[in-house]
Amino acid sequence: VLTATVFLPLAGALFIAAFLRGSQARLFAAAIAIADLALAAAVFASYDATVGGFQLADLHAGWIRLLGGDFIRYSLAVDGLSAPLVLLAGLLGVAAIFSSWSIDHDHKGYFAWLLILQTAVMGVFAAQDFILFFIFWELELVPMFFLISGWGSGRKEYSAMKFVSFTFGGSAFMLVGILALFFSPGVGTFDMMRLAQMDLSSLVLPSQVVFALFAIAFLVKLPVWPVHTWLPDAHTDAPTAVSVMLAGVLLKMGGYGLIRINVSMFPDVAQSASLFLAVLAAISILYGAMVTMRQTDLKRLVAFSSISHMGYVLLGISSVGAVGAASAVGLTGAAMQMFSHGAITGLLFVMVGLVYDKTHTRHIPDLGGLASRMPFVTVLFVVAGLASLGLPTTSGFVAELLVFLGAFPVHGFLTTLGVIGVLLTAGYILWTLQRTLFGPTLPRWAELRDASPVEAVAPVLLVTAIMVVGLYPAIITDVFGAAMESLVTQRFVGLLP
Amino acid sequence: MTPADLYLLAPEISMVGLAVLVVVLDLTVGSKRLLGAVAVIGLALPAALTIMLWGEVSGWWSLLDRMPGEVAGHSIPGVYGTFSVDHFALFFKLMFTGIAALVILASTGAAGRIQRLKGEYYALILTSATGMMLLATATELITLYIALELSALPMVALVALTGEARSTEAGIKLLLLGALSSAVLLYGMVLTFGFTGTTHLAEIATAVSSMATEGGEPFGGPLMLVAVVLIVAGFGFKIAVVPFQMWVPDVYEGAPTPITAYLSVASKAAGFAVLLRVFHTAFGSMEMDWSLLFAGIAAASMTIGNLVAVAQSNIKRMLGYSTIAHAGYILVGLAAVASRTGDDLGIGANTLLFYLVGYAFTNLATFFAVIAITNKTGNEAISGFAGMGRRAPLLALVLAVGLISLTGIPPTVGFMAKLFIFSAAVKADLAWLALVGLVNSVVSAYYYLRVVRSMYLAPPESEERITAPPALKFAVGLTALGVLALGIWPQALLSVAELAGLALRP
Repeated sequence: VLTATVFLPLAGALFIAAFLRGSQARLFAAAIAIADLALAAAVFASYDATVGGFQLADLHAGWIRLLGGDFIRYSLAVDGLSAPLVLLAGLLGVAAIFSSWSIDHDHKGYFAWLLILQTAVMGVFAAQDFILFFIFWELELVPMFFLISGWGSGRKEYSAMKFVSFTFGGSAFMLVGILALFFSPGVGTFDMMRLAQMDLSSLVLPSQVVFALFAIAFLVKLPVWPVHTWLPDAHTDAPTAVSVMLAGVLLKMGGYGLIRINVSMFPDVAQSASLFLAVLAAISILYGAMVTMRQTDLKRLVAFSSISHMGYVLLGISSVGAVGAASAVGLTGAAMQMFSHGAITGLLFVMVGLVYDKTHTRHIPDLGGLASRMPFVTVLFVVAGLASLGLPTTSGFVAELLVFLGAFPVHGFLTTLGVIGVLLTAGYILWTLQRTLFGPTLPRWAELRDASPVEAVAPVLLVTAIMVVGLYPAIITDVFGAAMESLVTQRFVGLLP
Repeated sequence: MTPADLYLLAPEISMVGLAVLVVVLDLTVGSKRLLGAVAVIGLALPAALTIMLWGEVSGWWSLLDRMPGEVAGHSIPGVYGTFSVDHFALFFKLMFTGIAALVILASTGAAGRIQRLKGEYYALILTSATGMMLLATATELITLYIALELSALPMVALVALTGEARSTEAGIKLLLLGALSSAVLLYGMVLTFGFTGTTHLAEIATAVSSMATEGGEPFGGPLMLVAVVLIVAGFGFKIAVVPFQMWVPDVYEGAPTPITAYLSVASKAAGFAVLLRVFHTAFGSMEMDWSLLFAGIAAASMTIGNLVAVAQSNIKRMLGYSTIAHAGYILVGLAAVASRTGDDLGIGANTLLFYLVGYAFTNLATFFAVIAITNKTGNEAISGFAGMGRRAPLLALVLAVGLISLTGIPPTVGFMAKLFIFSAAVKADLAWLALVGLVNSVVSAYYYLRVVRSMYLAPPESEERITAPPALKFAVGLTALGVLALGIWPQALLSVAELAGLALRP
């Protein structure tokens, strides 16, 4: 199932590139994305959280035999951490296709690249072999480069290059880390499942250095202050769907990598680095939120709010400084925040894209009073905004609550700073909603029409996901929670803070 | 010369025969189209003979009378031990045959004066390939030197062949600097001979190992150090690494593009073949000393090649600097020697061989696509590639695949090659060198992707479609397919490279 889930979009993309054109490509891509969502849902549903561990493995043991050592495997599997993220990628894949209905040139290339991107991100979450993981990680660069520079706006070429340079630069460090692990005496494997059980304290390089090599790659991707500068540019200049995928799924690759590799494989280093991570998290939260306040471009605004929100993910991860229940809660919160931010920010970008399609501006002072012309868009936009500020009954609330519960016992002061970030978030979200949607109807927007049924697909899908998880979080938290609890009991108990 | 020697040299002999046949046909028949076909199809013979010898070495069959006790997988010496037929040499011979075939195939559609000079043009390519094949197989310094000259001189003629001003200038540069580097190399060889009293690599190894153990100094003393440095300088010119790279940009720009491709791939591979052979066989006991020397050269070459490439506006110059950078990446494999890894698996050499083949496919695909496009536009500036995504969708796609592979992004062979060679570096306790290489890859992404960007995003200069002659199209398609196939399934080539690397070990 997993192989099909990961590679269906790629197959679809090749088919589009070879045979289809124009709006055919669009319809076919939508069909593929929906089928892939169904597969991802099947993966999620058939993952049994009560059993835990890795399931649904697809393994081909002998792909490449590296240098007379161990094999590089083709190995896919999901555990409680990756199963929901695969589902998230499927969900946003559909949202991305439907929010690109208005793409104006070269449908064929656009939808093909979008589907390839989907394969790459799903592969990152499902791969359990380090080299395969790295291949998917790098593979994602190519479609992103083409999508941003080909279908973006503004300084699109600069932004695309900046995105590629940052990610590629980060992954250079990661590759050295992977190789240093592999060639350490007594390790000799790329199998991530086995590595997460091993004692990796004596390596060819000090384990702190290897930890740092991985952390650099993932923190850039997350991103945190001060390596966040690629994000606003990439978001602002990317087409809507790419922003959706970028904020929704690609940033999660960073958080996923931190938990899957840094925390699981180097628990002791993670523990001693937790204060450092928490400081970065607090700075990102506050800095992100404050910069968000100052934005006048809707897309840039959402982009900076992402930096602030991804700070919560890091804050949750930093709860590994404690031992026991708190860190399991914090890690679950971090994972939840990844899922929920994916859906919420995906939705926000869809809404911004819709507003832009209608009004052809993203400049906040130019907007205002859209509510009377576009009630449907307004309702969904407000839902997205409220979810983003963490209102109860939305998934955002659950995630942030768990993060604070987990992190407070360890980093009390920094967590308090993080809570202030929630206040700022409430401030800028409500202010933005008020300035764009409400107020007197401006005469120039008198002719606007509400969203069409096709345009409504993506937001309705995402709102449903947000509300379902918000009202009954257990469907996701149970899965994340079980995985994080077993991680903590297996790797952290016995370590002193 | 015994009949056995003739059999062992059959690939080279058939290659020279083919060159003569092409010239004779050119004089008698005169159909230029025929010549290309004869040359390409004729190359099947040396290839087949090489494969036959591979079977001989592997022990699949035995046409030679073997010494009692001789085991399969060993090298078979020939002509008083001046050369040896082993998996390593045969690996390169097959590679040179393939490259020559592809370059000739791509040249059949080349524009300009080459059109009228086909006979000698093909014959020179074949002669040069013969020299390279001998180079890979030679195990004695004088044979090796002659083979080097045999491969280099036809190359000078090829570069200057079109008779255009910049092409002639490039030829003169290559000739003069090549002669200088040959002299330096020869001097190093003479010094080595002076210390060891022999020109046979295996005997040099015996002499050197006693020298290395006597004195505790690097290279067993300053004089041997001078000899080694001179030899490195001589070969460094051939493989074009910093600081012996000065000739590259001008020659690459001035030469006819198929010859630039040939130079960048075959000539470079031949240089690495002989470096591997000489340093692993003759100076094997001083591994620890020279590996650091090569690590330094590699780091400098990667860094300078990439940084200067960023500033180029002519695509051939850019690719010229890119080959300097890639020579640096490849040298990483030479620096990652067995004694640094702590076990006897010589992984550096294996990954180097894999990289060479992967690089050959990648660079040929890139250059062939450039040939096809510039043939029509006549514009070698990077800006001249604007809008090619629309004017020539398939060629642009191949060029994009080639450039992505040069950057080292999956699913191309460039990624696998870099993965392997940097693995070898980390294993050999050279993690810093791997990091330098990877950061360099990031820099290189900038100028490679700039071309891709201009092809797909910049508006075209005209809407005229660009097509390539069928032979060139075939060559482009074949190399691009190789880039992707080896990127997804590298194991087969890796196994062969491992076998070839085995032959270098004492």
